[in-house]
Amino acid sequence: MPKRTDIHKILIIGAGPIIIGQACEFDYSGTQACKALKEEGYEVVLVNSNPATIMTDPETADRTYIEPVTAEAVAKIIEKERPDALLPTLGGQTGLNTAVELARQGVLEQFGVELIGASLDAIEKAESRDRFREAMNRIGLRSARSGIANTMEEARVLAGDLGFPLIIRPSYTLGGTGGGVVYNPEDLENIAKSGLDASLTHQVMLEESMLGWKEYELEVMRDHADNVVIICSIENFDPMGVHTGDSITVAPAQTLTDREYQTMRDASLAIMREIGVDTGGSNVQFAVNPQNGDMIVVEMNPRVSRSSALASKATGFPIAKIAAKLAVGYTLDEIPNDITGETLASFEPTLDYCVVKIPRWAFEKFPETQDLLTTAMKSVGETMAIGRTFKEAFQKGLRSLEIGRFGFGADGKDRPEADGAPPSLDEIEQKLVIPNSQRLFYLRNALQAGMSIASIYQMTAIDPWFLFQLEQIFRMEQDMVQAAGTAGRSGTPAADGLFALTADRLARAKAFGFSDVQIAHLVGSTEKEVERTRKDLSIRPVYKLVDTCAAEFRAATPYYYSTYETECEARVSGRKKVMILGGGPNRIGQGIEFDYCCVHASFALREMGVESIMVNSNPETVSTDYDTSDKLYFEPLTREDVLHIVEKEKPAGIIVQFGGQTPLNLSTPLHQEGVPILGTQPESIDRAEDRELFQAMLNKLDLMQPANGTALSIAEALAIADTIGYPVIVRPSFVLGGRAMKIVYDPKDMETFTRLAILASPGHPVLIDKFLEAAMEVDVDAICDGSTTIIGGIMEHIEAAGVHSGDSACVLPPQSIGSDMIAQITMATKAMAAELKVVGLMNVQYAIKDNQLYVIEVNPRASRTIPFVSKATGIPLAKLATKVMLGKTLAELGLTQEVVPRHQSVKEAVLPFDRFPDVDTLLGPEMKSTGEVMGIGTDFGLAYAKAQLAAGQRLPLSGTVFISVGDEDKAAILAVARQFFHMRFDILATDGTWSHLCANGIPAERINKVSQGQPHAADAIKNGRIQLIINTGTGDEPRRDGYTIRRAALKFKVPYATTAAGALAVCRAVDALREKPFEVKAIQDYHG
Amino acid sequence: MQALLALEDGRTFPCRSFTGPGEASGEVVFNTSMTGYQEVLTDPSYRGQMVTMTYPLIGNYGVNDEDVESARIQVAAFIVKEYQPFPSNFRSTQSLADYLAGQGVLGVEGLDTRALTRHIRNGGAMRAIVSTIDLDPGSLTRRAKAIAGMVGMDLARQVTTAQPYRWAGNRPDTLADDLKLNADVWRHRGDRPSVVAIDFGLKYNIARCLARVGFEVVVVPAATDASAIMAMSPDGLFLSNGPGDPEPVVYGVQTVKELLGRLPIFGICLGNQILGLALGGRTYKLKFGHRGTNQPVKNLTTGKVEITSQNHGFAVDMDSLGADTVEVSHINLNDNTVEGIRHRRLPAFSVQYHPEASPGPHDAAYLFGQFRAMMKTV
Repeated sequence: MPKRTDIHKILIIGAGPIIIGQACEFDYSGTQACKALKEEGYEVVLVNSNPATIMTDPETADRTYIEPVTAEAVAKIIEKERPDALLPTLGGQTGLNTAVELARQGVLEQFGVELIGASLDAIEKAESRDRFREAMNRIGLRSARSGIANTMEEARVLAGDLGFPLIIRPSYTLGGTGGGVVYNPEDLENIAKSGLDASLTHQVMLEESMLGWKEYELEVMRDHADNVVIICSIENFDPMGVHTGDSITVAPAQTLTDREYQTMRDASLAIMREIGVDTGGSNVQFAVNPQNGDMIVVEMNPRVSRSSALASKATGFPIAKIAAKLAVGYTLDEIPNDITGETLASFEPTLDYCVVKIPRWAFEKFPETQDLLTTAMKSVGETMAIGRTFKEAFQKGLRSLEIGRFGFGADGKDRPEADGAPPSLDEIEQKLVIPNSQRLFYLRNALQAGMSIASIYQMTAIDPWFLFQLEQIFRMEQDMVQAAGTAGRSGTPAADGLFALTADRLARAKAFGFSDVQIAHLVGSTEKEVERTRKDLSIRPVYKLVDTCAAEFRAATPYYYSTYETECEARVSGRKKVMILGGGPNRIGQGIEFDYCCVHASFALREMGVESIMVNSNPETVSTDYDTSDKLYFEPLTREDVLHIVEKEKPAGIIVQFGGQTPLNLSTPLHQEGVPILGTQPESIDRAEDRELFQAMLNKLDLMQPANGTALSIAEALAIADTIGYPVIVRPSFVLGGRAMKIVYDPKDMETFTRLAILASPGHPVLIDKFLEAAMEVDVDAICDGSTTIIGGIMEHIEAAGVHSGDSACVLPPQSIGSDMIAQITMATKAMAAELKVVGLMNVQYAIKDNQLYVIEVNPRASRTIPFVSKATGIPLAKLATKVMLGKTLAELGLTQEVVPRHQSVKEAVLPFDRFPDVDTLLGPEMKSTGEVMGIGTDFGLAYAKAQLAAGQRLPLSGTVFISVGDEDKAAILAVARQFFHMRFDILATDGTWSHLCANGIPAERINKVSQGQPHAADAIKNGRIQLIINTGTGDEPRRDGYTIRRAALKFKVPYATTAAGALAVCRAVDALREKPFEVKAIQDYHG
Repeated sequence: MQALLALEDGRTFPCRSFTGPGEASGEVVFNTSMTGYQEVLTDPSYRGQMVTMTYPLIGNYGVNDEDVESARIQVAAFIVKEYQPFPSNFRSTQSLADYLAGQGVLGVEGLDTRALTRHIRNGGAMRAIVSTIDLDPGSLTRRAKAIAGMVGMDLARQVTTAQPYRWAGNRPDTLADDLKLNADVWRHRGDRPSVVAIDFGLKYNIARCLARVGFEVVVVPAATDASAIMAMSPDGLFLSNGPGDPEPVVYGVQTVKELLGRLPIFGICLGNQILGLALGGRTYKLKFGHRGTNQPVKNLTTGKVEITSQNHGFAVDMDSLGADTVEVSHINLNDNTVEGIRHRRLPAFSVQYHPEASPGPHDAAYLFGQFRAMMKTV
């Protein structure tokens, strides 16, 4: 059946900011869907609050609303745009929930909007635990038995029915707090009680436990003619009990016979039909008892998901694109398979390789929280690797993780090499039994300690098949060590260790996924020596295609992965080509913003007729979509892996300044091998990164920076801090996102944090700067063609210096910076760009204190704010920068002066605190946010209000505001309190703040601090008495008053500000919202 | 143990045996299914062929006593990228290597099976030889060229059952030597419809599927003639799958010709080709065939797409069949080849693919029900 002609305009809801559990994959799916629908001639209306997405580029949809993804905002958009249909299945859980809310509120009916893809009933059936279980019963499938208990007595009765072990999940808690596994009645007493206490509603769910069962996932697609296909099967390395997002996963399923696989396939088809997903992609999760094959349906998502993005990249089958086409009426057999060009989408992809996905965690950012993996997802990103064997893919995946590892250990970073002593058997056992982010490296320790597969299986329930693969890798490692004649461990290497490896052994090691770094470590050689020896022996990777069909048909789309085999399928063209290095896995500090830039580089190259070659290892991204670039190499971003591609493709140049720190760190090693780096040269990058060179440059340009020094030891650090005076900021060099950065007020802390900084970036100096208290921070993005520099945007931070720029809200154009200072900033930026011979993008962070401009840092690369600035000004900076790097001048590109928009744009950070129990929500110099949103308005208050709504803060228009601030903020908070008083808010305050307010004539009611006993501030929050919280503090004593209040705010979803500046902005936002309800406006109308 | 695979066109692939010394030859074909290697190994349609699996990791779940499609391993040799010596599955009773070695079938690993697959895709299915004894590329290639090709070879005769058997209790139950093949052979007359299945290389799962929809099944050797079948007065006739070229199976074609219109007929795979030949059509060899479990087939009656299991190197040429007597019921969406035919007036239909799956999806299982519905009695 051809596409529908009765609908013309389709609304797509995006997923909003990047949060844990909802990352770039929804930009990937949303972008695909927009393109697919536009291709079919539909008018596409899009709403998404996340500016760092390709989907919110003005070209992706016809009408793009960078507005909060809330029912309220979307209803306004619907009223304005009057779409015929709403496609709710592409924007993650956020998109789906928003659509459901709109349907329930009657908005869709009121404006005659049809839900396409999945009906309200289907969504509700899949999402409601009870309805889902009933549905499964109807089709003869088992789902986990569970029940709700409100009291201990109910819990005991339920436990009697369900039997042990069972899982307790408190209702409405954050990050799985208060839940756990219950093995016996005694556990039940403890855990059920703490669960009931932790629950907002004093309610817990008891669920039959599938702990230790194998976990599988099937990606399913259905069209309206009821054709159903399975796109991909996925088997989890980690058994049930660890969230799929936190599991290593493998495609295809490895340990199912065809009979078992077909049972699962049949079940998936039956579920699609029973739930009634009309069209599109869904995933179904199963648990399988390894002892007898019993199968339980865990859940199904009636929408595209993180797994479907993974499945798309793993198979080459574009699930979101096809889902969009199916939603408008096509059937699977009417849609071509782009990859082969000659076959259709109505088939099931078959793989002739193994795909391994490994999550990337950020526990190091949240030291207060325990490194435990549970049923609540904690990872912030993932990498995917493809190999012809599991072993190869697994090791490639590990070295893609950007955690400084080069494979399954054996890279010099294992214990005991890294810190003196091997882990004890007790420690290994403990780390194996309780899943955690380091478990996979402890698996190697276990093998090293001689534990058998059977005993490791006992402890982990990781399928023995996987454990055997790890053991094979470990044996290969031992075999190399033995052959090289080294004295085991990290003993003295034999001089000719490398040559003792036969060609056969070396080839085998490479086929097992060993990197040159690992081999060098094992045989006591260097990476370069191994590389040379290997190449002398002609041991090089070949590139194979991801083609959906295991070579049955010729593939039209060049999507490659490397492996050590005989036949290379890379089709090297004679065209001029440029290689773009992506950013690898998302992590805090390096996320979608950099992928956005890489994708723009690719678009720019296409516009210039230059072949684009993308290298990246992140399956969630648009950059790894097979049609974003002319060629895609799905590979780890390491020196070795990138050089191999360079050797094959011989690009005219390589772009390293868009993918964040990952490719930037590769620029020097690649440059040394003679790889042409496009744009700003590595010398300049070094000049900006190297403290002394940088200081010399600033002196030359007569620019100021805060007093500073560098230290390689703790003693040096203490001496420097003494000279420049406390407080100081301590941080390691060559890291992104303020990793291990800290403001230090005294020598004792200085010692502690210097030690941490040395650990965070070994071998690199620790940087020490004078901390400018209460200074204003400014971010500047600029573009330079080698002679002309144009300011892309100047952003004024809302939060004062001391809060990482990635966590601070900012506004463009600036609010409170005078024109003199703007001129100074502009001049300084241009001077530095010229001095650093920047070709491409540059970001500068300034601080202003007492009307003096300080340069905090310069990054001659794309910054996190490039997409935001581009959306705010309508200037596609990354695209222009790419063209500049290829030799165009800014004048030729038509960019001759800075664009200062008339509207206000606010960027706000989105923080993952709700995922991490026990973590304070205070902001500091170490970045913690996972994503960002943008608010656009005619004035600052409105723009800020929209940004807050988009970030999930429901600002009150009336009610009670609670204020409790430290002494340093008391002066600043007066204006805020006064304003709230004028807006008829009641004010509650704790002792010090209360007397300060009263003394200044602001009526307020006093309330106890938590430490003063009940009833106290936290009680008032729990009782719903407080609508807004202003609470600042140092965060050094997390267990005390402020901390308790801030965690309560988080838990009860009461909006809060933790800085005085933030409070003032919130105040202006509330004021603006009280004035009049906000309006929505398409990005095309701002820059039209 | 070192081994060498040589193709008739001179391409060679060094590899290793994981089943000990040996030598094997035949046509080398690829199968794209990611699961079901044991079913593939025991599928009689692979007789005379060496199979390479495109999925690189094989042996993962071992083998068991249940997932067999005939009484023995049928493939001439098994060629994989990386053999998995550590099976993990609750039903596994043996490793794949032991299973192959136990039946004297050579298994090799360690070669670029994707390169081999692409070579076959481009050059067509090829004669080949793999050996741990003769490692000389020149000599092996010469010997590969000397192997008899598939065309014109009657492989069905090699794989068919010597004795008729009853499908009972989910396994073959050979009929006693002195049992007469007449109407008394049926034990469930009046309560279940009866079907005679001609075994050209029958997969057990076909018998299981026929039994599952209610048939009482008796399987007879390929050369059983029409009168012998009619003597049993069954309610229906089933034509099984089988290896290789259908044209030399003239006796089978003759039987079908004689029984057309007298019994409802359902054929699968080789059975489809034999029905096509019996209806006066021709068959031809495909370049490299269809072998896998992801082949999209469109049912032209319902318009629905079935994901099917396939294993065939030959196909029915639709142009050779009179459109007034025979209609195409199913086509392959990848290459538009004929996947099913149906007589316009007589109760006879067949499909080129494998609705019994095993390995593969169950999308087409309805065909057994369709056949069941053609039975007049019961």
